[in-house]
Amino acid sequence: MATLELSIDQDVAVSPIRRTRRLGPLFWAAIAWMSLVFAAAALASLLPFSPTDMDMLERRAPPSALHWLGNDGLGRDELARLIYGARISLTVGLCAPIIGITIGGALGMLAGYFRGRFETLVVGSMDVLLAFPPLILALAVTAYLGQSILNLTCILGVLGIPAFMRVARAATLTLARREFVIAAQALGATHARILLRELLPNVFLPLFAFFLLGVAVTIVVEGALSFLGLGVPPPISSWGSMIGEGRESLEIAPRLAFIPAVTMFLTVLSFNLVGDTLRALTDPRQGAL
Amino acid sequence: MLGFVARRLLYLVPVLVAVSLLTFLIASLLPGDLAYVILGDQATPEKVAALRHDMGLDQPIWWRYLSWLGHVLQGDFGRSFRTGQTVLQAVTERLPVSLELMVLAELGALAIGIPLAIACAVRSGSAFDRFMTGSAFGMLSVPAFLSAILLIYLFAVELRWLPATGYVPFGEDAIGNLRSFLLPALTLALGEWPVLMRVLRSDMIATLQEDYIAMARAKGLKPSRILLVHALKPSSLTLVTVTGINIGRLIGGTVIVESIFALPGIGRLLLGAIFTRDLIILQGMVLFVACGYVLMNFVVDMLYAVLDPRIRHGHA
Repeated sequence: MATLELSIDQDVAVSPIRRTRRLGPLFWAAIAWMSLVFAAAALASLLPFSPTDMDMLERRAPPSALHWLGNDGLGRDELARLIYGARISLTVGLCAPIIGITIGGALGMLAGYFRGRFETLVVGSMDVLLAFPPLILALAVTAYLGQSILNLTCILGVLGIPAFMRVARAATLTLARREFVIAAQALGATHARILLRELLPNVFLPLFAFFLLGVAVTIVVEGALSFLGLGVPPPISSWGSMIGEGRESLEIAPRLAFIPAVTMFLTVLSFNLVGDTLRALTDPRQGAL
Repeated sequence: MLGFVARRLLYLVPVLVAVSLLTFLIASLLPGDLAYVILGDQATPEKVAALRHDMGLDQPIWWRYLSWLGHVLQGDFGRSFRTGQTVLQAVTERLPVSLELMVLAELGALAIGIPLAIACAVRSGSAFDRFMTGSAFGMLSVPAFLSAILLIYLFAVELRWLPATGYVPFGEDAIGNLRSFLLPALTLALGEWPVLMRVLRSDMIATLQEDYIAMARAKGLKPSRILLVHALKPSSLTLVTVTGINIGRLIGGTVIVESIFALPGIGRLLLGAIFTRDLIILQGMVLFVACGYVLMNFVVDMLYAVLDPRIRHGHA
């Protein structure tokens, strides 16, 4: 019996996934693409082309030396619209999860640390928010508030709170029982000190990994809303609205839908990849995907 | 089991009340006065005041909530001031389309995800496994409206095999109905299968290391029997939960896909209500969809408890 168990143990010991600390070329490719998009968005105003100038003679013109990616259905420069669209996608995509990580993270840490009635209240109210399919709630609230970048960011930010709350609470729950927290309590540290100096640095990394995944989700939802015509108001260009406009001319100029589509896919993929890599590094469970 | 169901049902009550309250507050507190929307910008203040009085908009907010809730509990979700149709009529007319779409999409996702997950779990770490896990990860970054456009371009514009838009009722032409649902359902399935495959694959790998699987192998059972009978059911717990969690995403996806493929379902109704500012239909539908979503999650919880007895006894 003993030998049998031993052989099984060896078997299991060999099979676990090798956890390499090296990040791999894909990770760095994703970082490179993200930097490129960031740089383009930041330097957008230096472009010689405006994303709203129309040239009716150049409607759906193919790429040329002057217009590198051609023109769209209204004769606007596709590359300029793409770059200005990156501004919108990144602004909404970064600001909304920042709202989520701040409020959700704080609520989650407080709930996980103090427990009791407060925790029940927080978890319960988040359950109510989660009772709405996210896109439906976003659509409904946009319909009442009106379409603007600020409204969009706030709505998507609030929708992200429950998820961040759960991650922060789960991490705090396990950490709050660890020795270093008990030691700090024994030393007479205040709650604020324990939360900010002991717990926050440890909760931050998993929360940040989740933040990157949140950026990817937000870019997708913003794209979906703009695609439906309920995101940022025209003539501001957003990747979602560009894809929506490109859909109209799928038969004559599929390029107009596919260029923003590929850009969006690569950006979302990059955020997912970097976020997932960080999550796997911070997740102590073995074999986490 | 009965006690467990009762406890979960009891928990539903406060959630549903809170959902109705939130729906009501969104509609009442946010800017956009219903009377102005109905009468238009040109309305005189007197007319607006009269209409507000008729609709009860000048009552205190808690009173309006209670009377609204009273109507809803009697099945009266309100009536569109544009078409005169009640919310319930409009929803029941379109619900079958959305449900058919969601069921077909989920079946498609399971049909793609489960075989791939089993194949990957059996040879975990192989080139095939790594390729499929990688593709699944990539597919997770493709939003529904991207795959919809790709599928339309491929099957409707280039190959001309399937219609890009249009809807044929099932009663008229069953084949045509399925043809019109094929691309929309496939679009949603493409977004769903990676999630299902990832969880089933990792659970299956864990299950296959259990002693009783080694035992079954030692008994000389056929590998297919071991995989499908002994390993699949205990591995499918997370799959069921994830399916439940994904219903919310699926509902959102339905809105987008129905709008792209012009299917007359709930999603189109919702978008139409937003574009025509038909706020009563909108409010009624948000409540309806949210309640449906809560109930679906309840059913998934029950399924979960049937699969794993530890949950209904509270040992999980």
